[in-house]
Amino acid sequence: MVRAPRPSKPRKPALQANARSTEDIALGIRRRVFEHTIRNNGGYLSQACSAAEQLAWLYNEELHIGEPTLPPVPEPFGGVPSATNADYHTGAGYNGPALPHFDRLIFAPAHYALVAYATLIEVGRLAPEALGQFNKDGSSVEMIGAEHSPGMEMHNGTLGIGLSTAAGLAWGRRRRGETGRVWVFMSDGEVEEGQTWEAVQAAAYHGIDTLNAIVDVNAQQCDGAMASVMDVRDIRAKFEAFGAIVAEINGHDLTEMRDAARMSHPGQPLIILAKTSPFQSMSYLERRFPRLHYVRFKDEADRAATNDAIAAELGVSPVDYVR
Amino acid sequence: MVELVNRPYAGAFEAYAVAHPEVLCLSADLTSSCEIDGFRDRHPDQFLSLGMAEQNMMSFAGGLGLAGFRPFLHTFGVFLYRRPYDQLVASVAYPRRKVRLMGFLPGVTTPGGMTHQAIEDISVMRSIPNMTILETGDATEVESIVEAADSVDGPVYARVLRGSVPRLFDTPIVVGKARELSLGTDVLVITAGITTEEALRARAALKKAGVSIRHIHLNTIKPFDAQYLLDHLQSVRHGVVTLENHVTEGGIGSLVAETIADAGIAKRLIRLGLKDTYAHGGSRPYLMRTYGLDAPALVAAIERLTGENFGITDADLDAVRIDAVHSSAKAEAL
Repeated sequence: MVRAPRPSKPRKPALQANARSTEDIALGIRRRVFEHTIRNNGGYLSQACSAAEQLAWLYNEELHIGEPTLPPVPEPFGGVPSATNADYHTGAGYNGPALPHFDRLIFAPAHYALVAYATLIEVGRLAPEALGQFNKDGSSVEMIGAEHSPGMEMHNGTLGIGLSTAAGLAWGRRRRGETGRVWVFMSDGEVEEGQTWEAVQAAAYHGIDTLNAIVDVNAQQCDGAMASVMDVRDIRAKFEAFGAIVAEINGHDLTEMRDAARMSHPGQPLIILAKTSPFQSMSYLERRFPRLHYVRFKDEADRAATNDAIAAELGVSPVDYVR
Repeated sequence: MVELVNRPYAGAFEAYAVAHPEVLCLSADLTSSCEIDGFRDRHPDQFLSLGMAEQNMMSFAGGLGLAGFRPFLHTFGVFLYRRPYDQLVASVAYPRRKVRLMGFLPGVTTPGGMTHQAIEDISVMRSIPNMTILETGDATEVESIVEAADSVDGPVYARVLRGSVPRLFDTPIVVGKARELSLGTDVLVITAGITTEEALRARAALKKAGVSIRHIHLNTIKPFDAQYLLDHLQSVRHGVVTLENHVTEGGIGSLVAETIADAGIAKRLIRLGLKDTYAHGGSRPYLMRTYGLDAPALVAAIERLTGENFGITDADLDAVRIDAVHSSAKAEAL
């Protein structure tokens, strides 16, 4: 069933006062993930390099969302969904209430969780202490973002399922007459999963134009550079062939990002391919290429040198960590 | 002669869905094969074609559930768990979405061979937390499966019979409530789905041979009331035979074995079903005979259990029901 296309509407500004610039928030995300990585003796640091502008822009500008409904310091893990767990809730409350006129964010690459938490802190939705619970036993601030982790509404740790779920949610919300959109933050590695293409063709077939995605095209995946793992060829042409309207931008250029989101895409989902660098603002990481998925220090000297070099690049003092 | 009902699912689904606008009808390119072609034609606004792409359909349905809808997924049972298993767990089962998985052509009811035969679906579904499992054994159960499935607060997998289906019962499925078809004292027989009809075929001959059968038909496989089963087990002298359209690992036979072991009671158990083997393409009576899922297999098991030979021959059993290949049962319409 193909539905009549509907024009995309200009967006209202986000609810929260934009006290800080999106550039400043992006820098804050990088500084925070860097500090955590040094203190923790390792972390998902390159994801902050590539995705900081996208997440800062989503939360500070593009998403029309309400005030958080969950406490600044996250509650401990409250158990999995079950018939007997009446108090169960997801971490979506950090993105505000699920009201008809508000947007929803589906955070597809759950391995970016550390960057997501840092973003929530920078935009004032989560207390800085929350990162102290990262990957601690009994915490909901899990290493791979779970449904109950701050900012998450579903498990996406099995990569490639986020866009399909978002398409179903967007179809259902449109059917209910809700005006809020569904945004997906994706990673480019997910294009290797066939389900991604099933999702795009279904969204186009059903005319789901309230579905929008921004993809962190950092050309990296767990094994290393994507080109060395699988040749995914021209993903812009593929997304277009499967039925999306595609914008290809410099993922560190906020003006291009804003313009891309304004593109009209009646009857089709919008996919923004944000081409990024996995060592943006932290050029010291380039020497690790292509081993960037998780930054590990080979010894104390490596950790100290990385601390000094990246701190200087980010304009902060080296992290005073416990050796 | 038993009454045969033609396409009981089609009318039952349509009547229920029309009265419940939050029910959505999803199909993965098996629309007429799952008897929802009429619904598609008459109610296109409530029907979503998701194409031959079950992984997306499963996660998409999870999203519909998140938006407050109760999607019914229609395809062959085998395509609801083998290919989209990861999506089934992450997008549907974990978050307890009210997604209703309507699995057509369970076990050897399809002549489509290994790729089409869901022979380990119950085993897979039983091990998934939050999942409810229902199985239909006659036309009345097929007619009531839609409402029964939709009454569950969470995801449901249902084995649904299609085409020409015998009417054995006159009351609808009540989730969690087994049917007590006879209350004998020698041997407990537990069946579900199409194997119940097989057990009924053997009933008259067994009665004539003087063996007293206690026969329980299961339409709810998960959740399962262990105490209910134990009460029936304690009421028979010899033991229990399970007969299932499924492998004997992880299905009803396993369920009974686990219940016996957990309770620490001493009862003999014979599990009939596919014995650690795939089946192949063929007619349902042929497959049931070949793999020991039919009335003669049940009689032989009861003879082993009681240590008696009843001398029952095929001629003593009620007739096998054979659907014409090109009948409305659509044995060849895969």
